[in-house]
Amino acid sequence: MKGPEGMKQKKELILQIKDIHKSFGGKEVLRGISFDVYKGETKVIIGPSGMGKSTLLRCINQLTFPDQGTIWLRDQEVTHHNLREINLFRQKIGMVFQDFNLFDHLDAVRNVEIALIKVKGMGKKEARKKAMHELKKVGLGKQASLYPAQLSGGQKQRVSIARALAMDPEVMLFDEPTSALDPELIGEVLGVMQKLAREGMTMVVITHEMGFARSVADEIIFLEKGKLLESGPPEILFYQPKYERTRRFLFKLTELYGDLNGKK
Amino acid sequence: MVQVMENFIAVYQALPFLLQGIITTLGLVLSALFLGFIIGVPLSVGQVFGSSWTKKFIGIYIWFFRGLPILVLLFLFYYGLFNMIGLNLSAFVAAALVLGLRSSAYQAQIFRGSIQSLGQGQLLAAQSLGMSKGKAIWNIVLPQALRMSIPGWSNEYPAMLTESAVTYAIGVMEVLTRGNFIASRTYRPMPIYLTCAIIFLILSYSGMKILHILEEKVRIPGFEE
Repeated sequence: MKGPEGMKQKKELILQIKDIHKSFGGKEVLRGISFDVYKGETKVIIGPSGMGKSTLLRCINQLTFPDQGTIWLRDQEVTHHNLREINLFRQKIGMVFQDFNLFDHLDAVRNVEIALIKVKGMGKKEARKKAMHELKKVGLGKQASLYPAQLSGGQKQRVSIARALAMDPEVMLFDEPTSALDPELIGEVLGVMQKLAREGMTMVVITHEMGFARSVADEIIFLEKGKLLESGPPEILFYQPKYERTRRFLFKLTELYGDLNGKK
Repeated sequence: MVQVMENFIAVYQALPFLLQGIITTLGLVLSALFLGFIIGVPLSVGQVFGSSWTKKFIGIYIWFFRGLPILVLLFLFYYGLFNMIGLNLSAFVAAALVLGLRSSAYQAQIFRGSIQSLGQGQLLAAQSLGMSKGKAIWNIVLPQALRMSIPGWSNEYPAMLTESAVTYAIGVMEVLTRGNFIASRTYRPMPIYLTCAIIFLILSYSGMKILHILEEKVRIPGFEE
């Protein structure tokens, strides 16, 4: 369905999530989640809100520390490291937030290049070139000198994707990247993500855009009450889910967001 | 009529002496604001991001400097503490230090408010790119928080300007001290003190103008008033 075919056969393991537990104030939001992400693969995580999807994503790049369990990036353990090493891992794990979190005091191109300069220690000229390249890739070459407050929501999210891509991450995490967008702006962001998936980027995406999930996901993971209830390729999960709970949830989503073919 | 003329002449004769006080007053205000800034910024960062002990310590510092009348602080430091530890400071330097420390407590609160209103997202985004917390605070949080602080911070200038006159009590040769000196010799308090008042008003007006220009200059494009 996607990606250069060769990549899928090699099955290079990029990310391993092993038995992640996390509690907040006595409430256990993640109760032992495990799954693997292979190179070039797109995993889509769905599930009711408030059930730890974002927390799981934040555990992966250690913005939240899991109480128990380990995360592995290739053959290196990400968890249980000091902050310096965690900062190195975070460079390889790109993250896109629901509410963009662009740096409001910097124009688009400087948003993209700042981490190249301050984190990777790249020269200013080289960083600018790379940043412009990434902006063009998300279709915003002409908007490089605009500030976040001058961009539309969809443009902001595309800048934030470019910002994460500039670090040349091994894997990209998307935390409901289109939930804060007006309906007519969702398409441009999904389009960029689709393109990334086609080019072989490894991605973990939390989204309720079922059309996107169906066309791009290699596997869909259904999280419920802090547990991985069910997972499988979209053809299976959408049409022959094992659990009634999954079926009901998918039914609710299609009611809200249109049918599984992405039509509204 | 003769009265008015005599008053004018008194002011005219006193003016050069009074105007020299502007240098002292402005020097005092600017060094206190500067000191308050370079101490206030780290204090505010510590208050938001520091450990609980750091926060407690800064809380006490701020409570101390905001909780005491300036005169008490001036006497305590100038006649007391500085003497005790063998620091032989001029009245001007002592006053600048005391006003600066006091201002740092107020400025820290202004900056803290801005940092907190910025929200966690900016820090998270910076960290997700691999920035250390320190780099994120320096490159991402502070540039935004300090800009947002300018309107609130603008209060510090006129506040400091008016407070600076209190240093008269330890003999700093600022505008009021000079005015007082002349008024008590010429027996013309009204015209002399009025002149002092006008000098203060002009200083406060021009300072506010400059701050306003600064605010315009560093405004982030796309943000409305």
